Amino acid sequence: MYPAEFDYHAPTALADALHLLQGHDGTVKVLAGGQSLLPLMKLRLADASTLVDIGRIAELRGIREDGDAVVIGATTTYRDILDSAVVGRRVPLLVDTVRQIGDMQVRSRGTIGGSLAHADPGGDLPATILAVDAQMTAAGSGGTRTIAARDFFTGMLTTSLNEGEVLTSVRLPALDQARTGSAYLKHRHPASGYAVVGVAAIVRLAADGTCQEARVGVTGAGSQAMRAGGVESALQGKALDDATLADAASHAAEGLDLLSDPYASAEFRGHLAQVLTRRALAAAVARARGGPGA
Amino acid sequence: MAVTRLFGSSVKRREDPRLITGRAMYTDDVKLPGMAYMAILRSPYAHARITRLDTSRASKQPGVLAVYTGKDIDGKLNPMPCAWLPKDSDLKVPPYRALALDTVRFTGDGVAAVVATSAYIAHDALDLIDVDYEQLPVVTEQTAAVAAGAPQLHEDAPGNQAMHWRLGGGDVDSAFRDAEVVVRQRIVQQRLVPNAMETRGTVAQWDPGMGELTMYNTSQNPHIARFISSVVTGIPENKIRVIARDVGGGFGSKIPVYPGDMLTAFAARELDRPVKWVETRRENFVATIHGRDHVQEVELAARKDGTVTGLRVKAWANLGAYLSMAAPGVPTWLFGTMVTGCYTIPNFAVDVFGVFTNTTPVDAYRGAGRPEAAFLIERMMDLLAVELKMDPVDLRRKNFISKDAFPYTAASTLQYDSGDYDMTLDKALEAVDYKALRREQEEGRKQGRYLGIGLSTYVEVCGLGPSAAAGAMGFQGGLWEPATVRVLATGKALVYTGTNPHGQGEETTFAQIVGEELGLPIEDIEVIHGDTAQISMGWGTYGSRTTAVGGSAIILAARKVRDKASKLAAHLLEAAPEDIVFDQGRFSVKGSPARAKTIQDIALMANVAWDMPEGMAPGLEESHFYDPVNFTFPFGAHICVVDVDADTGEVHIRRYVAVDDCGLVINPMIVDGQVHGGVAQGIGQALYEGAIYDEGGQLITGSMMDYTVPNSTQIPTIETIRTETPSPVNPLGLKGVGETGTIASTEAVVNAVADALAPFGIHHLEMPMTPERVWRTIEDAKRQSGTTPATPGR
Repeated sequence: MYPAEFDYHAPTALADALHLLQGHDGTVKVLAGGQSLLPLMKLRLADASTLVDIGRIAELRGIREDGDAVVIGATTTYRDILDSAVVGRRVPLLVDTVRQIGDMQVRSRGTIGGSLAHADPGGDLPATILAVDAQMTAAGSGGTRTIAARDFFTGMLTTSLNEGEVLTSVRLPALDQARTGSAYLKHRHPASGYAVVGVAAIVRLAADGTCQEARVGVTGAGSQAMRAGGVESALQGKALDDATLADAASHAAEGLDLLSDPYASAEFRGHLAQVLTRRALAAAVARARGGPGA
Repeated sequence: MAVTRLFGSSVKRREDPRLITGRAMYTDDVKLPGMAYMAILRSPYAHARITRLDTSRASKQPGVLAVYTGKDIDGKLNPMPCAWLPKDSDLKVPPYRALALDTVRFTGDGVAAVVATSAYIAHDALDLIDVDYEQLPVVTEQTAAVAAGAPQLHEDAPGNQAMHWRLGGGDVDSAFRDAEVVVRQRIVQQRLVPNAMETRGTVAQWDPGMGELTMYNTSQNPHIARFISSVVTGIPENKIRVIARDVGGGFGSKIPVYPGDMLTAFAARELDRPVKWVETRRENFVATIHGRDHVQEVELAARKDGTVTGLRVKAWANLGAYLSMAAPGVPTWLFGTMVTGCYTIPNFAVDVFGVFTNTTPVDAYRGAGRPEAAFLIERMMDLLAVELKMDPVDLRRKNFISKDAFPYTAASTLQYDSGDYDMTLDKALEAVDYKALRREQEEGRKQGRYLGIGLSTYVEVCGLGPSAAAGAMGFQGGLWEPATVRVLATGKALVYTGTNPHGQGEETTFAQIVGEELGLPIEDIEVIHGDTAQISMGWGTYGSRTTAVGGSAIILAARKVRDKASKLAAHLLEAAPEDIVFDQGRFSVKGSPARAKTIQDIALMANVAWDMPEGMAPGLEESHFYDPVNFTFPFGAHICVVDVDADTGEVHIRRYVAVDDCGLVINPMIVDGQVHGGVAQGIGQALYEGAIYDEGGQLITGSMMDYTVPNSTQIPTIETIRTETPSPVNPLGLKGVGETGTIASTEAVVNAVADALAPFGIHHLEMPMTPERVWRTIEDAKRQSGTTPATPGR
């Protein structure tokens, strides 16, 4: 696997990176952990005449608490997230998700920002990012701006990031409130490890045990990750018995532009979305109730 | 060394430190002064005529040394030969050129080769070769290829039929006429991609002064590679040296010599500088042989009491676009002879049609023909058990060849050497507590839990094999092995084998054999393999033959060394030769143990030769050329226990028990390792692997992202149990274990899943049993029956 020739820059300041992204002819691409881009370049499926490696920009890496949220720098690796006590305590859903990404090598190199900006339809993170209502911060020559998760993914391998813009951090509202549980379940592609279907579910119970709020993100099944609005509204205010969860989960694939490949057809993906949604909700409810795995 | 007996001891693999610390010498590790790099332009189409091929832009690229096309090599490189020509099979051998002359016949067929000063320049230059293709109709599936009106691949193979081969015994027509029960099944053995961890490659060096070619090559059988290279290049066999020291797995895919190897040799001679070519992984997927790929129609005849009376098989073997080197032998002799398995089936008939298609050539893949046979008969036995409402255990026992019947001549005329099939089955049943599992299964089914128990009681033929049998089968070579054992003056020994271990661990097991026989510490023994300049001859490593054949040659050579050493000891100790006692490296005089010489003493005296007995030649070195008198027949029982998630179609393997009898065992740990690897590949076929072509002949499972080679997290703990029934056909009682895992395991897994889903009326599933396939099979069955068995509470 021999990539075509390319130029490589590794700036240590964000301003330099943004400058490099402006000032080049040909195809410029941002390199973060390289777990998606480099294989594509080796297969000559992605062409980049210039790579701007943002891995040495210190301000883009790290995890910090910010009031009711956790802010994670774009080049923070999955390994960093798994090792973070803060994330484990405040956004356990992210840990649940990240530990199911790739393998140890991928988790050691891959970054949260690289994965989100790449927006692979089989990526795990988008389901979780959508379910928690995260906010992305992007920097460009015109300054910085914030993008809601719902507005971030615009299609297969595409996001609302502009040319020359770099995703700098992700802000995840904390999930450590009372009577709140979450779970990420996936059907893993046996070869690639990507999510054939991945479902992130968050359930918040009212004091009487009924559903105060449910948020569900579905990835893998469709050309882009989406919130499962039909599922969420079917749970609102309901007592969460098995029949209610199953009924709500039957809406999981609604509105999805289901993908099909030799491993899993659109029909099977739609079916898996329902099964995994039911199971993810059941796990989230159990955790919200303080049961096993809470 | 403290181990008093090396034979039977789990000595740690001596080759592993270098293999796992990056100090091995694989072909890609070879770097020679002035070395250039070759890359091959491969056809993006499965079937097309080349209407224009312009290499001028690539040739002008700085760093590009040469660009070769089919026309450039025409008349200079002979077509790749086929080396297995089954007699009476009407075999057609169309020319298989290293680069296509005018027509490409599979995606990956060679079109041109670029040699450059770096691998990057060579690969960049491929994009600068201008080719116009006129696309031709494509056929990739064998039953479609033999149908009327199918696209034709080769003029001299009408109907795309490469061969029709038959084998039979008894009177199968009468058996079916008189049958009380007949079960029928269409079985598809899907196409697999071998995926050795090391892709293939060659470094070729031409010595113009000597007129000699040296090829570092990823070969399982360097002497065969030398022979074939001579045929293709025209360079005399004694002017070619093939070196294959460390080879990173093969599974059969490194038996053949390939076009890329020959192009590398050609370029090295043309350019008079060393040339390296190493496949990329993508290239390996399309340019290295694939395995299996059968469609079979199978019928089994029986009496109502379960006695099997006849077996009829029609098989269409997809051979790909050209005949790979051993391809015709795999679906014929290595398959057809073993379809009756471990059962007394007196009447059988096998018809095999070899078929050309627009796909990568198919050849031997671990087990090569025997997994296809074992799967077939073990699957049919389960289907018969369902039909007769018998326990599959009882049905098997009723038809086993009894342990008193050995040596047993099967209807195929093969003579099974030794066996005790009830014994291995008993051990497997006991290990899983079969009766308790059946009770649990019954209980679980009421609650919508689907537990399945799959049996495979297998026998295989290996230890290939008597050279006379090779000739009779049309194999264009021998299957004997030479060995030389040389003890140097310092007491250190060199052992030369013509086999070529490439991960199996014989650098350890062969040293154990010699250490045991001569009383030498294992550290003092070097096993030399993989170099035609150092080793006189050899037929290589495949067919689970390395230890059974190569090891037998070594022990017989070692015994000659010991005999000579014993005679020299008698002379030096002034004793009668018959009075010398040998024990753990000491030759002593019977009755006076203090009068003794060590093997090291004798080695020194033999090598300096100051005081040799009358008529004894100097030196301490002996060779043996061993040709086995028969094949060997390892056997065993595997049981797979699965839980099937009927909602998602996921199969979870709860237990995997492998009881294997591969004759006497030299190193139990290495035997376990061979079983583990083979079972992993067999589970891979059952659940994960499968090469898929689209209608245009593109391999859409052409990368590790799409083609699932299972990793350790996808393989359960494999519980290994051994019995040791010696083979009477060789001096050590060895049978061979390299292929048992793939031969035994795939059907155990499929039988388990079919057993789990029996409540749905499901009795057969195609492979790989992916979640979607299992789920769909269940959904289809539900729709057909209109009933739904119990499902788990939601």
